[in-house]
Amino acid sequence: MTALKLPPPKRGLLLGKAGWTGLMLALIVVTVLAPLLNLVVPEGSVFHLSDYAVALIGKIMCYAICALAMDLIWGYTGILSLGHGLFFALGGYAMGMYLMRQIGHDGNYKSDLPDFMVFLDWKALPWAWAWSDSFIFQMICVVAVPGVLALIFGFFAFRSRIKGVYFSIITQAMTFAAMLLFFRNETGFGGNNGFTDFKRILGIPIAQPSTRMVLFVLTGLVLIGFWVMARYLVNSKFGRVLQAIRDAETRVMFTGYDPLAYKLAIWTLSAMMCGVAGALYVPQVGIINPGEMSAASSIEIAVWAAVGGRATLIGPIVGAFFVNGAKSAFTQIFPEFWLYFLGALFIAVTLFLPNGLVGLVAQLRERASTSAKLKQSRAAEQGADPATEIAQEARA
Amino acid sequence: MTPELQEAGAAQLAAAQARLQEASSGGRDAAFGRVLHGAQPDFAHGVALYLDEITVSFDGFKALNALSLAINVGELRCIIGPNGAGKTTMMDVITGKTRPDHGTASFGSNIDLLRLRENDIAQIGIGRKFQKPTVYEQLSVFENLELALKADRRVRASIFSRLTGTQLDRIAEILQLIHLLPEAQRTAGLLSHGQKQWLEIGMLLMQDPKLLLLDEPVAGMTDEETERTAELFLSLEGQHSLVVVEHDMKFVGELTQGWKKVTVLHEGSVLAEGTLADVQSNEKVVEVYLGR
Repeated sequence: MTALKLPPPKRGLLLGKAGWTGLMLALIVVTVLAPLLNLVVPEGSVFHLSDYAVALIGKIMCYAICALAMDLIWGYTGILSLGHGLFFALGGYAMGMYLMRQIGHDGNYKSDLPDFMVFLDWKALPWAWAWSDSFIFQMICVVAVPGVLALIFGFFAFRSRIKGVYFSIITQAMTFAAMLLFFRNETGFGGNNGFTDFKRILGIPIAQPSTRMVLFVLTGLVLIGFWVMARYLVNSKFGRVLQAIRDAETRVMFTGYDPLAYKLAIWTLSAMMCGVAGALYVPQVGIINPGEMSAASSIEIAVWAAVGGRATLIGPIVGAFFVNGAKSAFTQIFPEFWLYFLGALFIAVTLFLPNGLVGLVAQLRERASTSAKLKQSRAAEQGADPATEIAQEARA
Repeated sequence: MTPELQEAGAAQLAAAQARLQEASSGGRDAAFGRVLHGAQPDFAHGVALYLDEITVSFDGFKALNALSLAINVGELRCIIGPNGAGKTTMMDVITGKTRPDHGTASFGSNIDLLRLRENDIAQIGIGRKFQKPTVYEQLSVFENLELALKADRRVRASIFSRLTGTQLDRIAEILQLIHLLPEAQRTAGLLSHGQKQWLEIGMLLMQDPKLLLLDEPVAGMTDEETERTAELFLSLEGQHSLVVVEHDMKFVGELTQGWKKVTVLHEGSVLAEGTLADVQSNEKVVEVYLGR
């Protein structure tokens, strides 16, 4: 057989040169720079990172994890979930339960039970709280509860081949139902007030700057770690099957893949990532209540992903930072106009940036490189033509 | 002759007989007493696909009406028929997309297709090309073929999968065959309609199916591409069974080469079978389909 020259596949590398540089920079910023600027640089200095900023960025990094999880299921697999807020909240509640037990006797009622239970005149912990004083058990719950719920819900939805907007509506209904459930005092999770007034985590006071910084660094590391994992997944054959499901699911089926297994795997993973994000969010923000399960907060996750650019992984992270950064700036400067701005932003992105902010950057870069190439080739045509002619003549 | 030598000779004879028995029990010629591994289809009777009295109705309309059809191993069968004759529904039944109301469908002589799901049917060796070319538009041509490559289809295997040299060669071979080698790294969505048809055919070949179902494979192709497609299908005949649904009579003529059997479907059942010339001169066929 004649030698077939096959261009080598582009993939195989986890990250390019730029990717590694970016990753290292991000690691340095999160683990070294931020703690230094916040804890070591004195408060008066221009370089000082305020506690407010640490709390804000920490919170946005949790949101960015959700946006990344959303990108895996929506951007790559084409399944729009409007229920990711529920998984986020469940992770948050699992962490919150532990933090409530850590309050110990320091609550208003000086009781063994969390304050809201005393208020409701309960005498013992409900069954769901049985191991809530164990950090390890609650950390398992952070991933297991959203994971199991997503697995069961996803199994029935995907097996029934519910797709597109119908799936989105069901996820929305699911999070709404959960919100109504958690609003009830009888459910045993603090009703509409949720959990707050946390005192310590693992016995360490939660409000002191060094604890906050540890949580911040942890969140940053989790975000970066998840990004690397997601990057590996989408570059593997698994990721290509997901994209194939997005583009032509029947073809995937008739090629012998079981889409149910693939969808279920990425859907459950995505839910678990949101659970982790919720667990990191609660100790930094200091409160969790059923408001996190509202329809709007789930939709917002999708908005971050869309604004940043779907199916890019970095896009949704950028989107989460951009939208939430703008939100906190706008709500300070023009509190009454924030919603108008948000609306205008979505319209603008939908109309003009179908590939989001990251897509815009890529587009601009491509345009620049093609115009540079054009110039180059024109210059080459004009400059080099006589020379090659002479050379050819000489050879002849 | 010493007793030891005799003993050794007897042992050798027994071993040889055992070997022979083993070899013949796995052979192709015997139709009984063979051990089949797992869900392997049994083609010993020479039939690749067998449909019997298949009926499918949609809200009272019978898309297939007691359709019976048998495709032999290695056969290339063309199926023609006017619009609404049930050609696509038949493919849906074979590939598990539609469940019939009555009838049986088997692959080889042992596999009941009606019990399996789409992806299982694909895995046991039935490949299908859709009427509208269906490729993964956002992936490159290479990646399209890579996903179709015969390999472990489970989630965990796909996360850690790496292409081996043999597999790369196989992809290159198919790329060459479907004339898309220079386009290997192009996004599939950017290909022309005819090229997409070829890519989809290439994806089928990657799966190495025993039976290929091709729904209007040359729609939208240029004359030259059509000719090359006919050549390709003729070269596959023998190693694979092919069922080709087509409207293009010239293409059917090229495939059947004047002697192969053509099946005419009408209103969900077989109207006529025979060579293209036979069916074209059949009065009933002329009336419903070719009559103009």
